[in-house]
Amino acid sequence: MHTPKLNPAHTHPLPSRIVKDDESTLVAAAQAGDVRAFETLVNRYERRIFRLTHNITQNREDAEDAMQEAFLKAFEHLGGFQGTSRFYTWLVRIAVNQALMKLRKRRPGIVSLDEEIETGEATVPRDVEDWGPSPEQRYQQSELADILAHVVGDLDPLFRVVFQLRDIEELSTEETAEVLGLSVPAVKSRLLRARLRLRESLNRYFRRGEPS
Amino acid sequence: MKCKSIVIELADYLDGALDSSLRASIEQHLEKCSDCRLVVDTTKKTIQIFCNSEPAPLPADIRQRLHDALEKRLGGAGT
Repeated sequence: MHTPKLNPAHTHPLPSRIVKDDESTLVAAAQAGDVRAFETLVNRYERRIFRLTHNITQNREDAEDAMQEAFLKAFEHLGGFQGTSRFYTWLVRIAVNQALMKLRKRRPGIVSLDEEIETGEATVPRDVEDWGPSPEQRYQQSELADILAHVVGDLDPLFRVVFQLRDIEELSTEETAEVLGLSVPAVKSRLLRARLRLRESLNRYFRRGEPS
Repeated sequence: MKCKSIVIELADYLDGALDSSLRASIEQHLEKCSDCRLVVDTTKKTIQIFCNSEPAPLPADIRQRLHDALEKRLGGAGT
């Protein structure tokens, strides 16, 4: 498995389900001019990149534009990709930048992602209920996807983007900080808030005894 | 260790980013505190559910436009 050389303490806790072994071979072929190799990469990642841009922009049209621009930019700049990170991480960086531009354009009042925010002290969650071993299996896949999209969409963009990169796209804390221009402590603080808020939102769907 | 400290350290604990002594203190607390255990378990589950979720198929119209745009650009690359 192709893995980046990062401090293991700051890598994602779960093994990557995204990047496959042949990614670097495909990238090398695409860099050598093999269009089909690039198309294979697009086919592989288009759904993930669209979910990423949609989760950030919360707008279908902007998400489509951001995704399309990300793949076109990736193709244009493929020669400059040095292979110091995973191709997927590089692609995510491009897509995030495109999506954030759309978000800021549509919502000019939005605070900058690197702005200091008042996070307050972490408080002990009040709703502590057992979800059982596999709460997600109470829902059909499409229902679950709707639930997850809904609860992420309800998050403040400041938290949503960090959670998206760190826990869905499996970027490390440092990579997330670099992509968003944040400090590592700022990423950690936002990630904790995002995880706690999402846990609270999902509690409504997953606590034991709730009808599915 | 108090419940509030568990929450503060929660993200690093779940990411395996704590030193062994702090981790041991947290696990000692979790053995005795069922509320914190549930918070840790459900937060871990939250991450797993998102991490394991497969993205929905790309809507056909969006996919078509993406590949049309790529074909136009990649075709122009002379291959």
